Amino acid sequence: MELIELLEKNGRMEIETIATMLAMNKAEVEQSISKLEKVKAILGYSAIIDWSKVLDYEGVTAMIDVKVTPTRGVGFDKIAERIYRFPEVKAVYLMSGAYDLSVSIEGKTMSEISRFVSEKLSTLDSVISTTTHFIMKKYKHDGVIFEHEDDDRRIVVSP
Amino acid sequence: MSIKEQASYLSETVKQLRPSGIRRFFDLASKMENVISLGVGEPDFVTPWNVIEASYHSLEQGYTAYTANAGMIELRNQISHYLQATYHVDYHPEDEIILTVGASQAIDLALRAIINPGEEVIVVEPTFVSYAPVVSLTGGIPVAVQTDAKDEFKLQAEQLEHAITEKTKAIILCNPNNPTGTVLQKEELVQIAQVVQKHDLIVLSDEIYAELTYDEAYTSLAAIEGMKERTILISGFSKAFAMTGWRLGYVAGPDEFIQAMLKIHQYTVMSAPTMAQHAALEALTNGRQSVVNMKKSYRQRRNYVVHAFKEMGLACHLPGGAFYVFPSISETGLTAEEFAEQLLQQEKVAVVPGNVFGESGKGHIRVSYAASLEQLEEAMKRMKRFVDGVK
Repeated sequence: MELIELLEKNGRMEIETIATMLAMNKAEVEQSISKLEKVKAILGYSAIIDWSKVLDYEGVTAMIDVKVTPTRGVGFDKIAERIYRFPEVKAVYLMSGAYDLSVSIEGKTMSEISRFVSEKLSTLDSVISTTTHFIMKKYKHDGVIFEHEDDDRRIVVSP
Repeated sequence: MSIKEQASYLSETVKQLRPSGIRRFFDLASKMENVISLGVGEPDFVTPWNVIEASYHSLEQGYTAYTANAGMIELRNQISHYLQATYHVDYHPEDEIILTVGASQAIDLALRAIINPGEEVIVVEPTFVSYAPVVSLTGGIPVAVQTDAKDEFKLQAEQLEHAITEKTKAIILCNPNNPTGTVLQKEELVQIAQVVQKHDLIVLSDEIYAELTYDEAYTSLAAIEGMKERTILISGFSKAFAMTGWRLGYVAGPDEFIQAMLKIHQYTVMSAPTMAQHAALEALTNGRQSVVNMKKSYRQRRNYVVHAFKEMGLACHLPGGAFYVFPSISETGLTAEEFAEQLLQQEKVAVVPGNVFGESGKGHIRVSYAASLEQLEEAMKRMKRFVDGVK
């Protein structure tokens, strides 16, 4: 468990460092990691990027609330799949509450996303309605605070 | 009549008091830039957000007045529950607990309440730097007992026995220890308790780091049979909850002791800061998970740092608590002062030379691992380069 927590915070941490910190040996750590990868508990390793700091990048993200009619036998899974297979869709969650699916989508421009919603998403048979929210600023993503000043405010030497 | 040289007005006791050896290192290090400091005696975490937020809320609600001298009764109730649940010691919230301005004030109160001029107080070295000076301020005489690196700086019953005279009134025990990180286990405490009882002494048990123990279940000295009636238990929120700047500690003990301390407390500080008390109430009620998380992280970093010192070829025991390691640097042929000063000048890494914590700290350095892993990695790399250079 501690191993997963360390990797979740820093996927690039050296095996040797992990082993020392958890008082395990290198081989044990390697084994545990490949086991986790095999059972797909660890699905991949990625960087957390503040795209607003990447100069050439132009892009927008939207969260879309989608109401759908579930299909007999497969419930929401079938329609969710129809949606998540589009590569521009970054996340799909089944939600409790006012709508059914929460779809997160990334595109180059607002009109690109609007086109996706009107042409691809709303035209699906089981989709009843969509509400699109564009993200204006990211303050925190995946537990990481953007624009966070983490200067050490302690005095340099103290008893 | 014109004023004489100001120094001549000072009290003799204060004139005798030497400034802490840590001060010199602070002055050196704070003049330099880009120093990685492992000389800090406090958590690298900021206080958990729910705790800060609770204090905001209390201010918004207008809780800006004094509290009862001993502190808010709700908070004393919580501390009483906490001490019972965590360490199995019973203290009555009404008359056996006082909220203080940091554990530091609790030490001052306890010593002032029990020490008559000329009475001796045993201080176990290497020691936190405040005990002996505060003993001197009360007119008492601090008597140092040295512990050995070979015992991982654990106080041995015979070492204690040896230091006791007919003037001995009390002993100050810091467990887990600052600066060595050593934790005395139950059976070791029992041995010490026997000597204490035999000579009818009082113990000031500074357990501020009790939450931060990593290997074995922690035992409070007050939980040892026959000790509660002669123990003044000192703790606080600074270390476990990352709340050093809030200045909130507490003292728990037998009614008679606590009531005596309360007299001093009411005349000298009135009550501990109100906003900090509201924060502490939240910390005890909803802050346990934060402590668990921080503790996990300290333990991982401790393992990393102890391993790094072994790789450097410096002897370093695996300390069971606090956030310090206390490696020996005698292999390098340098004194602790020389080591710390050269390391700072050459590699810009600040550590504290062990001799400032007493005679038995000579040849050692105190390294705090309350720093980010990235900082620790870089510091250990630099320190290794330094050690390889001088060896």
